[in-house]
Amino acid sequence: MSWQFQADQPIYTQLVARLQQQIVSGVYPPGSKLPSVRELAADAGVNPNTVQRAFAELERAGLIYTQRTAGKFVTEDAAAVAAARRSLAEAQTRQYLAAMRALGCGKQEIHNLFDQMEEQEHADL
Amino acid sequence: MPIFECRALEKRYGAAMALDHIDLALEPGRIVGLLGPNGSGKSTLIKLAMGLLQPTSGEVLIGGQAPSPQTNAVVSYLPDRITLSPWMKTRQLLDFYGDFFADFDRAAAERMLSQLGLDLNQSVRQMSKGMKEKVQLVLTMSRRAKLYLLDEPIGGVDPATRDYILHTIISNYNPEAAVIISTHLIADVEPVLDDVIFLDHGHVALHESCEEIRETRGQSVDALFREVFKCWEN
Repeated sequence: MSWQFQADQPIYTQLVARLQQQIVSGVYPPGSKLPSVRELAADAGVNPNTVQRAFAELERAGLIYTQRTAGKFVTEDAAAVAAARRSLAEAQTRQYLAAMRALGCGKQEIHNLFDQMEEQEHADL
Repeated sequence: MPIFECRALEKRYGAAMALDHIDLALEPGRIVGLLGPNGSGKSTLIKLAMGLLQPTSGEVLIGGQAPSPQTNAVVSYLPDRITLSPWMKTRQLLDFYGDFFADFDRAAAERMLSQLGLDLNQSVRQMSKGMKEKVQLVLTMSRRAKLYLLDEPIGGVDPATRDYILHTIISNYNPEAAVIISTHLIADVEPVLDDVIFLDHGHVALHESCEEIRETRGQSVDALFREVFKCWEN
């Protein structure tokens, strides 16, 4: 089944985001092999050149590397993966904060809500 | 060298202008959507490329050559209607394609037919419309051609088959070959395309990369199409 994409953004940036997420969350651990362009294109239901472009972007960012004959692999550099994870988490948090401020929530209210929601989630489990 | 080129191409049917001064060049390795409303000239352009129609003026070139039996040997064409002989069984169609086209990959065709649950011993006459379309598409995509001209390949089939067809186009991707898909079901094909050509009353209204459209305009190709070809004013 093909993946869902936002219509108003380039597909390669969305592929990059998804692959980054899979790398930092350990779906593809450091040193592991990534699917080939063809496999990923077929799996995601997108143009192979778009997948190629997403891989090139991740390679430029140092998250993956190409081994001439064997294919593409996640970097062995765990620190690089951790840094990427950190920067994704920061971006998420910034987005969240911006949305909350847009609702007129101040720091204290955000903190309180955060604690309450988390307690609720624990209670639900 | 472009695999497909139009130079000042013009086609008139009597007084009606079907294609008006088309200049285009498509490189191998691209999957291109030929998009436009009904009657915008999509099928005319494809038929000119196959040599089924003659230009009124200008020229259409396949790998630098005017359409001929030699160019047709490297072009795999899916017409917008069923052209299979009703008396033939699927197995005979495979023989027929194998005899006719040196680039026909019979093993690939048999694999796809079995994936689609199509029986080699069924005759075209016994098939539903959807089955005929599937068989015709399998035959077209099983050639190792330099240029694929697919005229409305997903128009008449159900969404699951549509997915299969798009999947087939992706997994058959060859950097040496170009694929032209004419359709008005844009949202479905959009993720598969490198570039789009908008045809409007026989003119090229737009020829751009899909990612570029999404990046610079912040909208999908489908949304842009609806804007460009809006049928009424508010």
